[in-house]
Amino acid sequence: MNVRTDIIKPPKQDIFKSGKFRSIVVQIIVMVLVVGSIGWIVNNAATNMKANGISHGFAFLWETSFFDIGYLPFIEHTASHTYFNAFVVGLLNTVLVAVLGIFLATIIGFLIGIGRLSDNWLVARFCGFYVEVLRNIPLLLQLFFWYHAVLRILPRAKNSLNIGDSFYLNLKGLFIPKPIPEVGFNYVLLIGIFSIISIIFLFFWAKKRQALTGQQFPVFYASLAIFIIPILIVSFLNNTPMYLEDPVLKGFNFKGGIRLIPELVALLLALSLYTASFIAENVRSGILAINKGQIEAANAVGLQRVPILRLIIIPQAMRVIIPPLTSQYLNLTKNSSLAVAIAYPDLVHVFAGTALMQTGQAVEILAITMSVYLTLSITISLLMNWYNSAMKLKDS
Amino acid sequence: MKISNVLKLFASVLMLSFGTSAIADTLSDTKDRGHVRCGVSQGLPGFSNPDENGNWVGIDVDVCRAVAAAIFGKGGDDKVEYFPVSAKERFTKLTAGEYDILSRNTTWTLSRDAKIGLTFNGVNFYDGQGFMVPKALGVTSALELDGASVCVNTGTTTELNLADFFRANGMSYEPVVFEKADEVLAAYDSGRCDVHTTDKSGLAAQRTKLAQPDEHMVLGETISKEPLGPVTREGDEPWSDIVFWTLNALITWDELGLEAGDALKTIVGDTSQTPEVKRILGVEGDQGGHLGLDKDWAYWALFEVGHYGDMYERHVGANTPLALARAGSPNAGWKNGGLIYAPPIR
Repeated sequence: MNVRTDIIKPPKQDIFKSGKFRSIVVQIIVMVLVVGSIGWIVNNAATNMKANGISHGFAFLWETSFFDIGYLPFIEHTASHTYFNAFVVGLLNTVLVAVLGIFLATIIGFLIGIGRLSDNWLVARFCGFYVEVLRNIPLLLQLFFWYHAVLRILPRAKNSLNIGDSFYLNLKGLFIPKPIPEVGFNYVLLIGIFSIISIIFLFFWAKKRQALTGQQFPVFYASLAIFIIPILIVSFLNNTPMYLEDPVLKGFNFKGGIRLIPELVALLLALSLYTASFIAENVRSGILAINKGQIEAANAVGLQRVPILRLIIIPQAMRVIIPPLTSQYLNLTKNSSLAVAIAYPDLVHVFAGTALMQTGQAVEILAITMSVYLTLSITISLLMNWYNSAMKLKDS
Repeated sequence: MKISNVLKLFASVLMLSFGTSAIADTLSDTKDRGHVRCGVSQGLPGFSNPDENGNWVGIDVDVCRAVAAAIFGKGGDDKVEYFPVSAKERFTKLTAGEYDILSRNTTWTLSRDAKIGLTFNGVNFYDGQGFMVPKALGVTSALELDGASVCVNTGTTTELNLADFFRANGMSYEPVVFEKADEVLAAYDSGRCDVHTTDKSGLAAQRTKLAQPDEHMVLGETISKEPLGPVTREGDEPWSDIVFWTLNALITWDELGLEAGDALKTIVGDTSQTPEVKRILGVEGDQGGHLGLDKDWAYWALFEVGHYGDMYERHVGANTPLALARAGSPNAGWKNGGLIYAPPIR
């Protein structure tokens, strides 16, 4: 037979037509372009700044800041501290508002979301109203509403609203008594820690017992008793080694006690109420995503409403809720930078505001600020992803 | 609005990053454009504030108008584009080239001059920081302010002087820092703060905006020196020279005690005037040429805007709402015991 071998022979491998080769080449080109343009931008910025006599670099972080910050719940900052210290203060204030905001928004969001599915007409309608109103008004406006409309009608410091000479509310904030430990408080602390460890053991023991015998143990009430009774006894034996320091009006302001400044309160209210309206919808979608049969089956075995919610619905709904919940947490954290609109000294206000102005090093400061938000967001994402994988359906 | 501020700031930084570093020639750019670009405040009566017709007026605005008149000649004072900016973003936008003169009650300090890339071009108002308090507080001296909440504008020397003053006197205070002057005032008026602090001229201007101005007083102490003047970018000396000498031409005319405006028409033709007068008006010599301008640069600046004393009395003087008498203040001419003094134009 006369076979034409040149047809059967596989075509010669042309490296330029290989898909893998092309994709590598394209990726290298894109990579070089991206890195190159970033390098060009950085170099250009540095050249321009040098030509214009603008100082650059990060050495400014160790210079004295010469300015004060109004709200310091964690660490000290005076005019003789460095810019880096101011940066840390701003960062801590941002983290404070983000953590408190996430906490409040989650609780309110879950309550509203579950409430919207309630059989009670009034509760369901109220929750629906809440969601529609709050998520449809821009956050900045809500912030202004709380700060300029609600909190500004409070009385001045001299005419504070006074509850039992311990709680004061005025234009400068809410003042509450501060617990101050005295001699012997360490014993109370020690017994408290011991109680908590016992409670953890009790919890595991009860779980194991239920798995073995099916019998339930009233863990909640038992834990409460284990926690409270020893502390009360030890406190009594040590003549209650703690006293409450009441805030007292001295001169212009209250001294002593714990103070919540109105800027923080307004920011927290706005952020958590706004974000809660979105979380509520996530929760509702998560719950509605559960097959009706699950609830019917739970009803059939005679479970009550609350255990059904706690044991059957929420654990399954969480799988649907967590991913969008993560985005809401990220939104809340980033939205906290709206603090700059009112006088709450967060990172943007203190560092990308005052410090930027005083040093003039806009490029460096904005770069640092952006990387901080990036880091915060990635941290939240990682934590939530880890939680998500812990909660997801485990197919074996 | 706040977000857009941050965005604008960011855009300015980007401009700094992308813009080519060509040698700056602001004068020819300005001539090509046909108008001067001028950064002003967001509304500070007497300094830079829109009037009822929306035109910018004030002692800072007049500096830009004079520069424009010196460049463009007759009617040149209208050839100005104004950019209202907050204290925080004023320098970034200047260095990024959004405008070419910053005439916005800006204090001349070492770090601004040497570190941020700015050039200060003389002083058009000598100010000093003070405190305003409600009369009801019963405070008579700034030294009684221990523990007070103080409302202050961010990104200002005010914020730093405040820290210095309280530290130096061993007193504590709570700074409440806002981005806009209006927010500072609103917070003070509502009672969030006990004290409002800024430059004394600013306090005089802000007090007129309060709900009940008579219930507030400015304390006697002046805690800082605030020489305010027009600012330009570092690295374009010819442009900075124009701004500096235009301002000083206005001051010189005030020192000479001559009238500006329409009176110049007769002065310029009067051969009996001194050589100095002839030199300034461009009748003799070519001082304008050294600045890259026409011979009659100062003539038009003085014709359109008036001299320094006119500027002062028109916007901040005793007969204005600010009521800051010039006599006896640092803003009087040096011959009258003040600090206003111009180097010789020759």
